[in-house]
Amino acid sequence: MELTSPTDFAKDIVQSVQDYSLLAGRSLANLFRHPRYFADMMQQADLIGVGSLPIVVLTGTFTGAVLALNSAHTLERFGSLSLIGQLVSVGMVTELGPVLTGLMVAGRNSSGMASELGSMVVTEQIDAMRALGTDPTKKLITPRVISTIFMLFFLTIISDFVGLIGGGIVSSLMFGMDWHQYWSSAWQTLKFQDVFTGLLKPVLFGFIIATVGCYYGISARGGTQGVGRATTQAVVASSVLIIAVDFFATRLILSIFGYR
Amino acid sequence: MAAPPTAVENRLRTTEQIQSPVIAFEDVSIAFEANSVLEDISFHLNRGETKAIFGIAGSGKSTILKLAMGLVKPDSGRIDVLGNDITQMREEDLFELRRQIGMVFQESALFDSLTVRENVAFRLMEEHQISEEEIERRVRESLRFVELERTVDMFPSELSGGMRRRVAIARAIVTRPEILLYDSPTGGLDPVTSTTIIELIVKQRDVYKTSSLLVSHRLQDAFVMASHYFDRDKGRMLPLPPGARGDVPMTFLILRQGKIIFDGDIHELAHSKDEYIREYIS
Ligand SMILES: Nc1ncnc2c1ncn2[C@@H]1O[C@H](COP(=O)(O)OP(=O)(O)OP(=O)(O)O)[C@@H](O)[C@H]1O
Ligand SMILES: [Mg+2]
Repeated sequence: MELTSPTDFAKDIVQSVQDYSLLAGRSLANLFRHPRYFADMMQQADLIGVGSLPIVVLTGTFTGAVLALNSAHTLERFGSLSLIGQLVSVGMVTELGPVLTGLMVAGRNSSGMASELGSMVVTEQIDAMRALGTDPTKKLITPRVISTIFMLFFLTIISDFVGLIGGGIVSSLMFGMDWHQYWSSAWQTLKFQDVFTGLLKPVLFGFIIATVGCYYGISARGGTQGVGRATTQAVVASSVLIIAVDFFATRLILSIFGYR
Repeated sequence: MAAPPTAVENRLRTTEQIQSPVIAFEDVSIAFEANSVLEDISFHLNRGETKAIFGIAGSGKSTILKLAMGLVKPDSGRIDVLGNDITQMREEDLFELRRQIGMVFQESALFDSLTVRENVAFRLMEEHQISEEEIERRVRESLRFVELERTVDMFPSELSGGMRRRVAIARAIVTRPEILLYDSPTGGLDPVTSTTIIELIVKQRDVYKTSSLLVSHRLQDAFVMASHYFDRDKGRMLPLPPGARGDVPMTFLILRQGKIIFDGDIHELAHSKDEYIREYIS
């Protein structure tokens, strides 16, 4: 491995951040420019949404279930098992639903985008597209970003919902709670602030997943190995970013709405 | 499009339009990191002319085509394409210009997740105004031109290298661009397939009067192009009559160590005194 001087290293980082920001900005700005690629958007939406549905349903259900399981033990000790519905619903909707769905989709689609675009770069297909007069950021990146945001939003709602069901099953079957009581306390405890947090996060995460995946793909260098590296980096970077942004977004929303 | 082009016609055409180059490089230099690839090169491509570019591997031939397409930016110098200084243009504005240019990449660069039909139709579909039937008709016509009509529903990975090269040509010519850039269209192909491709290029030159830059590894191919014309009545390439050799709009450009060491027609090439060129053409 070649040694790079600290200044070169810093320059590289600044350059990458700048390139990423440009790509991310352009991916949204393209929405306001012609042509728009609805067919490609639909195709991506299908790939991301329908393709991710099974894993999102599975992780959502089990997360809700394990959340109920864990909290039930603690709550039982204080004799307040009836709070279980509220705990599961707030935990799922504000935090676990968005983050876990985001991480699942990041693992599945951020890598997919990086490898697809990366292969197109190393086989000159991106250059060919530019040569044919088509802007790859419009044709390839914008549809991916928009459909990821859109699909992650709905996937998160589904994940929250099946999580609540999973929690309900555990509470009623294993702890003998009344299903109706569980369900009404789960619903009633949700405030506007929780729902807002829970729906804002997937929008941010969807944007991160798609732009990071596309960025690593588009900047892949060095053949098949380079594409492999880009794929791994995309998953790592988008996952870490999701968790970091989750913290800051939560902090920001809390400071706006105040603590519950 | 009535009479077949005669050599005399072509000669007239080239002289009268010599003042309007479609591509002009002025003192263009480019380096990749520390590796200087082209140094202050200047040349013109006139309307209707086909210019064959030669040079050893790594001499910057593909780079010249990418520069002409605006895919890479030079470090210094000016490149005019169809009257636009492309070095000053933003990427967004270049897309419009690029639609008037067709490019055949060295490794074909077909979209591997699209079928042959979708690859060839790509540009037509991007224009968003052409009807499905019209697209289908033009795709077929273009594929017939390269004799690959029966591959329409196949994927590029199911084709041979030579077939892929021909699909790439079909994709480049489907919109009848004003300029064609061919990167090693005959590289690594058998003599029969390369002759087919040479005939296609000669047809583009003589029938459709397309201006083109042609990167080649084999001087022989370019000699064939300079000594043949496309006979529209007979529908094939024929040798020029003796005495009219070189009367087609065909020129040669040789690169060496980042410089142009030769730029001229076949007669000038045959009479060059330069040692390197003599060795190259022998
Ligand atoms: N994207 C790039 N990054 C770094 N170096 C490059 C890049 N593209 C080309 N080069 C370098 O520029 C030089 C010229 O490359 P180019 O592809 O133009 O050669 P060529 O004449 O087409 O060769 P060949 O006959 O093998 O196709 C080579 O030394 C190559 O290493
Ligand atoms: Mg080359």
